[in-house]
Amino acid sequence: MSETDTRVPLLRTEKLTRHFTIGNLFSRTNLHAVDDADLVIHEREIVALAGESGSGKSTIARLLAMVYKPTAGEIYFRDKPLSSLRSRTDVLGYRSEVPMVFQDPFASLNPAHRISHGIMRTLKLHRRELDAAGRQAEAERVLTEVGLTPAGEVLNKYPYEFSGGQRQRVGFAQALAAKPKLILADEPVSMLDVSIRIGLLNLMAELREKEGVSLLYITHDIASARYVSDRLVIMYAGQIVETGATEDVLHNPKHPYTQLLLSAVPDPRAPLRVTAQTDRGEPPKVINPTPGCRFRSRCPLAIDICERVDPQPRLLGINHSAACHVATADPNTPKVAVGATEQDGHE
Amino acid sequence: MSSAPILEVTDLVVEYAAPQGQVGAVDHVSFDLAPGEFLGVVGESGCGKSTLLFAIAQLLSPPAAITGGAVHFKGRNLVGLTDKMLAASRWQDLSVVMQSAMNAFNPVKTIGAQFKDAIKAHQKWSKDKIRERSAEVLRLVGIDPIHVKSYPHQLSGGMRQRAMIAMALLFTPELIIMDEPTSALDVVAQRSLMVQIKELQAELGFAVIFVTHDMSLVSHFSDRLAVMYAGQIAEIGATRAVFDSPAHPYSKGLLDAFPSIRGPRVHMTGIPGNPPALLNPPPGCRFAPRCPVVLPRCHDTPPELYPVRDVLVRCLLHENVKGGAHV
Repeated sequence: MSETDTRVPLLRTEKLTRHFTIGNLFSRTNLHAVDDADLVIHEREIVALAGESGSGKSTIARLLAMVYKPTAGEIYFRDKPLSSLRSRTDVLGYRSEVPMVFQDPFASLNPAHRISHGIMRTLKLHRRELDAAGRQAEAERVLTEVGLTPAGEVLNKYPYEFSGGQRQRVGFAQALAAKPKLILADEPVSMLDVSIRIGLLNLMAELREKEGVSLLYITHDIASARYVSDRLVIMYAGQIVETGATEDVLHNPKHPYTQLLLSAVPDPRAPLRVTAQTDRGEPPKVINPTPGCRFRSRCPLAIDICERVDPQPRLLGINHSAACHVATADPNTPKVAVGATEQDGHE
Repeated sequence: MSSAPILEVTDLVVEYAAPQGQVGAVDHVSFDLAPGEFLGVVGESGCGKSTLLFAIAQLLSPPAAITGGAVHFKGRNLVGLTDKMLAASRWQDLSVVMQSAMNAFNPVKTIGAQFKDAIKAHQKWSKDKIRERSAEVLRLVGIDPIHVKSYPHQLSGGMRQRAMIAMALLFTPELIIMDEPTSALDVVAQRSLMVQIKELQAELGFAVIFVTHDMSLVSHFSDRLAVMYAGQIAEIGATRAVFDSPAHPYSKGLLDAFPSIRGPRVHMTGIPGNPPALLNPPPGCRFAPRCPVVLPRCHDTPPELYPVRDVLVRCLLHENVKGGAHV
């Protein structure tokens, strides 16, 4: 990434918020799934969104896929607010540029239809310019692109004839058929066996190279996030707590939660060390939250202010920011007012 | 560990009856477990690791059945015993923590009531003793005993998993079999649970067989590691030995498939291909079709377990290495 990024981001969110009302008429509460998320994704960039289950990462994916409407905040795609998309054509257009790949390869393909079904539907819906021969050629091209060959035969097979890893490749082929700019991949490898996960991660990197797409890779597995991503975004309890270049975040984690998370990642190559971290806390369900840092009850560094004031993202290193009152900045970080740095902070 | 093994599995064969014939899910598996030992069993889905556990605990139900071999627990062969005969051992000497333990509790009964059920099935204890012991085991796993009166949904995932382990500890068994107990947990909760299992083990001295697909998870916790592939043990030995110098190409491939958060970022390849169908396994080495260092004879000669340093490896590459010679 360049020093001061003046490019228009492919996708950008501003104070993106989604609450869910739970309970019945008599005991209504508000679950804060995502609060004030500022996320930036550039062209040809792989951004990993990592966090524990319930931290709101899938909700962000669904907001970006227009499955949910934001409670507050806005999503800008090429600087155009999504709330301004009115006609079905506009919405379809956006969806074809930002398709989603789902977690469960066994549930996301209809077992009664051949592989061609999903891909052809995508092509008919989103690629009106193609005739029948063009669709066939394009379907074969996307299947070849994801490594399923001979594509002509693959098209006529049923999902049960494929393994989990191959099905997930079909999912990526369907996404590719829509000529995407950004693929939302929600835990695409978490249901796959370890030995084939890497193949899928490599595929994601290849798609960026060959097709020029950006990817939002949602995962709870930091190690795989590191393997493919340029930038890492860490979520905790519905908020983005840290963002930065992947290697910066891993080698110089600013937020105490990121530090805890990294210390818990099992690593067979690391020397034996059983006693390192014995935090027994768990992320809170964010129901009708009060102000204050959501990590404070587990935080070893918590001070007074953490009880009262929501920490805002602060720029603490080069393009590296964390939402923490206590975290210290790297020595030569330019001092800029927080509001003004919001965007650069996520570069 | 010099004491007599608490568990001896010899030549265990488990087959599933399928319309097309017998499917050998566990194929001549043998190993010993010493008292207080922690054995990790890793492998991909469908490698037979869960079936192996069920076979050891005698929990298989048709179409699966043990068709050969023996499981000696504390000197007694469990294979072929009736439920009534097994009842004396079950839960008291040997307990099981199931996969997705999070959902293994009955949602409409309190934790305490379910503990009571388990106790009553095996012992005639007074109400007070039951209450006392239930509170005690919850305290052991770090849950406030107040939760005896809680329903499962009132506990978080990690707490439910701990409660499940507490339940397995009711009679302080000598062997606890765990089938991916942490698979539904986040890394932080997962690590703290592993540390806790280790602490309890040190305190109470039970042996553990821990099945998981996540090799890195057990790397710091198990004494010995068994890597399973297509129903067979591919490699078994001291955990550090397997991790530091994996001898079987499959263990090596599996280990190389884990990206690391430390060290340089390197390009990885994983293991191409898929595990074989067990209905008609390859005649030679079962890993041969995916093996990067395959020899011509691997395709027709089934390998035995050969000793290499202090591990046993099912790979023809190590056939001529004489065991023990260069320990």
